[in-house]
Amino acid sequence: MSELSVNHLLGIKYLNEKDIELIFKTADHFKEVINRPIKKVPSLRDITIANLFFENSTRTRLSFELAEKRLSADVVNFSAASSSVKKGETLIDTVNNILSMKVDMVVMRHPNPGAGIFLSRHVNASIVNAGDGAHEHPTQALLDSYSIRERLGEVRGKKVVIVGDILHSRVALSNIFALKLQGAEVKVCGPKTLIPKHIESLGVGVETNLKKAIEWCDVANMLRVQNERMDISYFPSTREYAQQFQLNKSLLESLDKEIVVMHPGPINRGVEITSQVADAENAIILDQVQNGVAVRMAVIYLLASKINR
Amino acid sequence: MGQRILLNADEINIILHRLACQLVENHTDFKHTVIIGIQPRGVFLAERIIKILQEEYGITDLNYGHLDITFYRDDFRRGEKPLEANKTKIDFIVEDKKVVFIDDVLYTGRSIRAALTAIQSFGRPAEIELLSFIDRRFSRHLPIQPDYNGRQVDAINEEKVIVNWKENDGEDVVYLVSK
Repeated sequence: MSELSVNHLLGIKYLNEKDIELIFKTADHFKEVINRPIKKVPSLRDITIANLFFENSTRTRLSFELAEKRLSADVVNFSAASSSVKKGETLIDTVNNILSMKVDMVVMRHPNPGAGIFLSRHVNASIVNAGDGAHEHPTQALLDSYSIRERLGEVRGKKVVIVGDILHSRVALSNIFALKLQGAEVKVCGPKTLIPKHIESLGVGVETNLKKAIEWCDVANMLRVQNERMDISYFPSTREYAQQFQLNKSLLESLDKEIVVMHPGPINRGVEITSQVADAENAIILDQVQNGVAVRMAVIYLLASKINR
Repeated sequence: MGQRILLNADEINIILHRLACQLVENHTDFKHTVIIGIQPRGVFLAERIIKILQEEYGITDLNYGHLDITFYRDDFRRGEKPLEANKTKIDFIVEDKKVVFIDDVLYTGRSIRAALTAIQSFGRPAEIELLSFIDRRFSRHLPIQPDYNGRQVDAINEEKVIVNWKENDGEDVVYLVSK
């Protein structure tokens, strides 16, 4: 098995376990490449990739761009703030215009759930979803699982709790799919108002007490409270949220074991996680960022190898 | 499909010793030399030769690594099968070192072309040599020739030369396979 079962990376939902294994195996090779004195391979020199960001992003965009450049692909960047989208152009028109300039692959972040899937049905290019609204963020979930695998040896059988704003989080949904697919146990934890109804149907447990959740888990993935997606108040105040759902030193010290702490960034220090915990040795937040480049290189490489000449 | 034996275990053993001997002749104590096995099949050959260098010539501190060339190949998206990568392990800098590439069969020369590009990621070597066990001398696509040569084989393009090593394949033997 050396080929992905899909032609686009739209979500973890469309992958199988073998795909994830292949991506991780390939990412291992790229991780070695990006630690060389010269961090670049010429594989994708005849591929052009457009990064279309209809929503703000720092980390993901930089990470994708670095991954593409380290594979020697040609890269064009586009952000909605400075484009004709503001003048009323439709998504399909925007993308088709870009593709007519001979672009092979599109990496897209969009505020609307399903934007990537919609695009994959209407345009002739390989699509990588870099986050679509509150739906999926597959490369983030892949790099999270990759980082767990790197730190703990394997993902299977590990207990992972995802804490915070599950309702608005594409990272949470993609992580749940990815972790379940690899045989991990998953719980979500947060205020009841931020946990979607019927989430148990995805095979995850729900815990509203952070201490209990932390005592149960091997890995805690702390999510950011996404104020920009909240149209109503989901909890009384940030201070009250922090009191109940903040991961801090005293909570970690009350455990009789060491857990791995993750955060997809950007961190709101002092809200979901304290600085002390975020900068501690068992926090793998910066490893996640480094692995992000290797995992994205693997995804792009594997998808590009399926593009017809 | 027919196959015939080109070299048996005894003949292979003699050639391995000759190649090791030639390396010692040129590199003496291997202080400024690094040996690079080309993944996947060159690694078995490289390890055999290193074993002889260590056991019979007492050369112990030898820089040895393996190099995977998958991401440097010129046939990405051209073949029917997707390319699968192997591990690269070079935990030293090759800057100003004499590099010896070791591979089992030299055929079109394209793998070595890729290896020449790949090794530059680890520094600028002083010089690069090539050791190949089988040289299919009339099948080259590029102007690349070996410096150390096990056996020259004149095979037509429809034929395949397969080198088996006992560590991996159970026996030391070289086959010429015709379709």
